[in-house]
Amino acid sequence: MPQHDVLVIGAGLAGQRAALAAADEGVSVGILSKIHPVRSHSNAAQGGINAALNPEDSWESHAFDTVKGSDYLGDQDAIEIMCREAPQEILDLEHLGVTFHRNEEGRLGTRAFGGASAARTYYVADITGQALLHVLYEQLMKRAEVYRYEEWFTTALVQDGDGRIAGCVARNLRDGSMELFGAKSVILACGGNGQLYQPTTNALVCTGDGIAMAYRVGAPLMDMEMVQYHPTTLAGLGLLITEGARGEGAHLYNAEGERFMEKYAPNKMELASRDVVSRAEQTEIDEGRGFEDGTVALDITVVPRKRIHEALREIVNVGRDFANVDITKEPIHIKPGNHYAMGGVKTDTDGRTSVPGLYAAGEVACVSVHGGNRLGANSLLDTLIFGRRSGAHAAKRSRSMGAPKAAESQLEDERRLILDVVARERTGRRVAELKRELGQTMDRHVAVFREEAGLTEALEVVRRLKEEAATVATDDKGTVFNQDVLGVVELGFMLDNAEAIVLSALERRESRGAQYRTDHPERDDEDWLKHINVSRNGAEPEVSYSEVTLTQWQPEERKY
Amino acid sequence: MPDYALKIRRYDPESGEAAYWQDFEVDLAPERSVLDGILKVREDEDASIGIRCSCRAAICGSCGVKINGQSKLACNTRISDAAKRAQNGAIVVEPMGNMPVLKDLIVDMDAVHWKKVQRIVPWLLPEGDPPEREYVVDAEAMIDVTQAVACIDCGACVSACLSMEVDPEFIGPRALAKAYRFVGDPRDAHTKERLEDLAEDPHGIYDCTHCFACIEVCPKDVAPMNQIMRLRRHATADHEIKDRNNGYGHEKAFTDIVEKYGTLHEAQLLPRSYGQGSLVRSQTDPSSLKQLAESLPTVLNGLRSGKVSPLKVLRHPKLPDQDQVRRIYHAIESKDERLELNLYIVGEGADEPEPDEEAER
Repeated sequence: MPQHDVLVIGAGLAGQRAALAAADEGVSVGILSKIHPVRSHSNAAQGGINAALNPEDSWESHAFDTVKGSDYLGDQDAIEIMCREAPQEILDLEHLGVTFHRNEEGRLGTRAFGGASAARTYYVADITGQALLHVLYEQLMKRAEVYRYEEWFTTALVQDGDGRIAGCVARNLRDGSMELFGAKSVILACGGNGQLYQPTTNALVCTGDGIAMAYRVGAPLMDMEMVQYHPTTLAGLGLLITEGARGEGAHLYNAEGERFMEKYAPNKMELASRDVVSRAEQTEIDEGRGFEDGTVALDITVVPRKRIHEALREIVNVGRDFANVDITKEPIHIKPGNHYAMGGVKTDTDGRTSVPGLYAAGEVACVSVHGGNRLGANSLLDTLIFGRRSGAHAAKRSRSMGAPKAAESQLEDERRLILDVVARERTGRRVAELKRELGQTMDRHVAVFREEAGLTEALEVVRRLKEEAATVATDDKGTVFNQDVLGVVELGFMLDNAEAIVLSALERRESRGAQYRTDHPERDDEDWLKHINVSRNGAEPEVSYSEVTLTQWQPEERKY
Repeated sequence: MPDYALKIRRYDPESGEAAYWQDFEVDLAPERSVLDGILKVREDEDASIGIRCSCRAAICGSCGVKINGQSKLACNTRISDAAKRAQNGAIVVEPMGNMPVLKDLIVDMDAVHWKKVQRIVPWLLPEGDPPEREYVVDAEAMIDVTQAVACIDCGACVSACLSMEVDPEFIGPRALAKAYRFVGDPRDAHTKERLEDLAEDPHGIYDCTHCFACIEVCPKDVAPMNQIMRLRRHATADHEIKDRNNGYGHEKAFTDIVEKYGTLHEAQLLPRSYGQGSLVRSQTDPSSLKQLAESLPTVLNGLRSGKVSPLKVLRHPKLPDQDQVRRIYHAIESKDERLELNLYIVGEGADEPEPDEEAER
């Protein structure tokens, strides 16, 4: 049985940062991920990472923008920590080798981003996430003492008799063997759940595994109703066009040629918060001022050509390869699309969940720094700051304790579950059909605009799919890279996520951030300035509330 | 929607059977990708087809495969384009080359790709403690290495590399492009050591045969071969590293001969290469004499095939307008800095007139 002081599950930015921070404390660290670390979805963060590093900027300004962006649902103590620690994090990464864009003096240069009162987004062309991820992986390759378990799929967390985390069970994709991993602390860093939605900007691996696994061992999920729709995604495929495009000056037009953001956000225009821009676009489309394919237009041709090639090169490729559009010459059709989970496993500012020894960081977690709506270029920051804090805290905790005892029987249980799925005869629909129905249901009823009837219908679909998922079968009966059986396990994770999202969206009878209820269109601070938590009580989800931490910013009307 | 025929290479290591081809038909809009086609087959028909994939947007680098024999990302190859190039009507999809196949379209990248990346010391090696703030470096230098940073480790170049097919030990295009990422980075303090290491390694920068295959297949315009050539130019012109593989000598011999004659004087190439470019040195230096003696079989082959003859050895005609060649040499050498092509700096078609910014606003 592999045994580590700290075991990190997921190897995107949060996971790798956590592993490196734990290793800095001199403890034994293992990092597991279902895909090779450099394949992680952190790659997809194109635009950049926020920090008030410029002497004329201040962390308070960054924090206020984040609080306002969150529609006052973000916890201000956590936001303060993130914004205070951001500048040093950027410098540390720069020292490790990230090739951040430089200004003419050779110092770090910035670009503008949505919802921000200053240009404080640091970037590498439009491949910032990829550039960061590869540099952290270089450090992991350098630090041979960190054990990497690449292409290992975690199926369950394991607790000891006292409910403390004791490790996890994972399957080696290469040969199908199942292993019990012992650990004093486990850090979940396995990303979000965008695959609940079709279409989505998210990668196929973003199936909410960590959120579901934490929920199953009793950790509460928080802010799950807050699902971000990104304003600029390609119709159909859902691929992302970076907010950096608008940061560089691109405009939005409806089919009548109006620059419609003038009506919705006269000051910030295209650079208002994402929820505001997405709602504006959806309103234009719903009221018949969109194009026939249900889109509006993003015009990047106003950005100088040389600048596009230097700073938005990836978007040139995406336009060319996936939409047949040369963005340097003509506008590209876009619409709001599923992009990010603000909610996740409830943690404190050191990444601790309510389960002893279990931590979470990055999109899987909800600290909550994003509240009702995440600002662009704050997600990379979230992964790094809370990844590092979790890693360091988990390592220190692990040093002063013995290893909790994980029962071998849990390995046997998981092994049997997988064998049962593989052995099953097909009696109903295929896994892909269930995923499609889930995705379309979520995109129809739990999207930019929501109301009770639609949400109730979505909940019924999710619960019906749960029953159906219990009997799905696989085509692949083998052990080597049986991706089919993983899809079945992932479907189970996805449905737990979906249930929590829909329940929370039904519960919150107001409009705030990404949650816009057409039947409750106002923000209601008196009744709803609080987090909604979902935790498992027996087999059933149970809703409860927790306080929003306010430090120096009282809720105000939100205008851009 | 049109029907597309897919011919997929299947391999199940547990069956004890050899790999085989399986045919599928998919209905798909023409602008969708080959990956979408494979995923549709998986969703509707046979979920046991093994392929790594995740982002669907040519960012994660998972879905490197060969399509109609060419190494590509399945996700950014349009299915209609692939169908146009298909022979016998079916789009042929098979695992990448130069790496062992684990199952269906999944190859063992650890055994080849990542091992080679690890070989080049793939992390920044700055000198001393970092500054309090950021390293102050030239903006262009950062953009310059960004072309190599744009690599997503998909393995297409490794799969297509002809040198690696002949010499599996060749460090290869991906890893060497990554090496340039550090050599070109002003923050790295071990430039010369890195270059010496890669020049002296018999499977290093001089093992590339300049075939352009990696440039052709790279989905991110990293142009690995260009990065290898830049490593060579740094090694030779900037650091004068006279390696035991005669890379320095060979390059110098080549350019000197062309400067002198305008065309390649084949008979002088070997001796000059062994003599670090010099014909005299090649006939006086013991080590180059030894290498010349060892090259006798090659020389004899050349004589036998008529490629070299005693007459050709003694007399190699200059081009009638050799002065023009010299002028090109002079124009290049008189520049203060070497001009390196880099997509991030130059930009495709950036020579087209830019819209008047002021007028636009």
